Amino acid sequence: MWDYSEKVQEHFFNPRNAGAVEEANAVGDVGSLSCGDALRLTLKVDPETETILEAGFQTFGCGSAIASSSALTEIIKGKKLDEALVVSNQDIADYLDGLPPEKMHCSVMGREALQAAVANYRGEEWKDDHEEGALICKCFAVDAVMIEDVVRANGLRTVEEVTHYTKAGGGCSACHEGIEEILTTVLTEQGEAFNASAKAAPPKKTKLTNLQRIRRIETVLESLRPQLQADHGDVELVDVEGNTVYVNMTGACSGCQMAGMTLNGIQQRLVEEMGEFIKVVPASAMQKMAAAG
Amino acid sequence: MSEPIYLDNNATTLVAPEAVEAMLPFFSEQFGNPSSLHSFGDKVGRALLNARRQVQALIGAEHDSEVIFTSCGTESDSTAILSALKVQPNRKEIITTVVEHPAVLSLCEHLEKDGYTVHYLKVDKKGRLDIQEYANLLSDNVALVSVMWANNETGTLFPVEEMAELANEAGVLFHSDAVQVAGKLPMRLQDTAIDMLSLSGHKLHAPKGVGVLYLRRNTRFRPLLRGGHQERGRRAGTENTASIIGLGQAAELALANIEQENTAVRRLRDKLEKGILAQVPYAFVTGDPGNRLPNTANIAFEYIEGEAILLLMNKAGIAASSGSACTSGSLEPSHVMRAMDIPYTAAHGSVRFSLSRYNTEAEIERVIEAIPPIVSKLRKLSPYWSGDGPVEDPAKAFAPAYA
Ligand SMILES: Cc1ncc(COP(=O)(O)O)c(C=O)c1O
Repeated sequence: MWDYSEKVQEHFFNPRNAGAVEEANAVGDVGSLSCGDALRLTLKVDPETETILEAGFQTFGCGSAIASSSALTEIIKGKKLDEALVVSNQDIADYLDGLPPEKMHCSVMGREALQAAVANYRGEEWKDDHEEGALICKCFAVDAVMIEDVVRANGLRTVEEVTHYTKAGGGCSACHEGIEEILTTVLTEQGEAFNASAKAAPPKKTKLTNLQRIRRIETVLESLRPQLQADHGDVELVDVEGNTVYVNMTGACSGCQMAGMTLNGIQQRLVEEMGEFIKVVPASAMQKMAAAG
Repeated sequence: MSEPIYLDNNATTLVAPEAVEAMLPFFSEQFGNPSSLHSFGDKVGRALLNARRQVQALIGAEHDSEVIFTSCGTESDSTAILSALKVQPNRKEIITTVVEHPAVLSLCEHLEKDGYTVHYLKVDKKGRLDIQEYANLLSDNVALVSVMWANNETGTLFPVEEMAELANEAGVLFHSDAVQVAGKLPMRLQDTAIDMLSLSGHKLHAPKGVGVLYLRRNTRFRPLLRGGHQERGRRAGTENTASIIGLGQAAELALANIEQENTAVRRLRDKLEKGILAQVPYAFVTGDPGNRLPNTANIAFEYIEGEAILLLMNKAGIAASSGSACTSGSLEPSHVMRAMDIPYTAAHGSVRFSLSRYNTEAEIERVIEAIPPIVSKLRKLSPYWSGDGPVEDPAKAFAPAYA
């Protein structure tokens, strides 16, 4: 079965804040049509301070949908609405020590329920703008709708280009058949044929100098720092060698069980921001490798 | 905790101890290549012939040479379908059903991209076919009919013998995926018009990675794998001897126990189903309860989701499977549940219990006891549920904004 973290299992077997909150003054009902899961979030908000006093969930869904709902209510309780609104689906997944890529939509549903509940509280109408398709690339959790949109918007013609733009296909490469099929469909619509041996157009981004690239990496790490420091940890850039970025995890992050998770999170963010594949490795591994070499 | 209970025998089965025993020498002293002339090979060759005859007896084939050993059920399905297309290049249509196993469906969908027309027979709410619709589709353009004998999710049986007759009269080849039926219902292929049939070892207490394609004598055929002369050139590649010996032994056991499948196993299945339905409201059997495999019960628990049910069952030491989207890794609920038009609030909560002759009365009683509290625990979390029943007009009371 799924590779669920201990934390996911724990929140599934013993969900927190299950059931509807009495005297709720904010309700958010959302669902994901494609997978059938659905979630109702009820909140009791203090009208004076806009603080979430109580949060409860009712979920029709799988183990990770229930665990994500439980995690969401724990994260937002005691927060002000505006603080709660910045909670991302990645935050929910991180709180649970990660979710399998196929299950990330469960955390998206949690965030959407929150947005819907806040809109309900403020007398606004919430519109969902997020459409979900079948998962194509499991390495980077990229779905068909996303690939199609990007192919259309940028006139992409090759698998390699799709990988440049979306990361899809940049890992194990098992999904290349699926990506080729999407390219074939979209190109046929446009009266073109998919040509598997076509050369990828060079990525539009101008190539960064080494110095620019390292600065960019630093900026990304800088942006992650507040989050790490909140957990009493920190990260320090040690070296960049090709696609490998060596870092030192310090404070509570070093040696803690979560270090691996955190490295993965940092790597994902770097890949997103830099638009290239990047591997984040603890600097200690660099020394070991040097010793072995 | 007491021993875990295995009720997922349509997914795979325990290898019968007798089959394990029979296989062991073929990992050690009996290592010869059955194609070799010397005594090392010759002994293994004879053992293979024996296994072939054991399978022949189980499926009631007229000749042992009609049994071709393959690497799995999927390979047998692919071989049959692709061969039928190869031998009749002018026929560009295939008839199959919407509820086939992916081993057939994915290949058919792929063939559509190559220009073939595939007719997918629909099913009604109980998973039954419309034979008139089928008869109307048979024509000189059809290369092959491929229809499963029993559905793996619901156990519902299709009238493949009658359908094979109709195909035969129309001059169309007929293949059946009988992976779920072999060993559970008696079969005498020599009295039918079925041309090709697939079975898989691991569904009948033989090991994984071995299957059979039954190929009626005089059926035109093109191999999937060409190479050496193994399986009379119809499936090249040195034989997986140990597994084939295991399959032969398992086939013999299955034949000896087929009566028990239809009495003892059926009784336990019925007891399980009645026991659960008597205690759990808003639950129903999917498929055609009057016409299905004796070992399968597929129950839809409304307003809750299957993966969550399975996780709690697993914690209670009970193994089964579900048609829920979330257990498959795709986002789609089971194509079988959707084809039967089961509302999604029930389709997602469908759980398949599949028994074997190794299950006991005490196990079934434990499961009957364990399921009701699991269902009520999850219903307490469900937005469609309130107190002892679904909320009034569930579709209206909870109508989420869908993405
Ligand atoms: C109806 C049916 N056909 C084919 C298969 C595939 O068999 P195998 O796993 O041996 O390839 C299965 C089992 O998963 C099945 O249930």
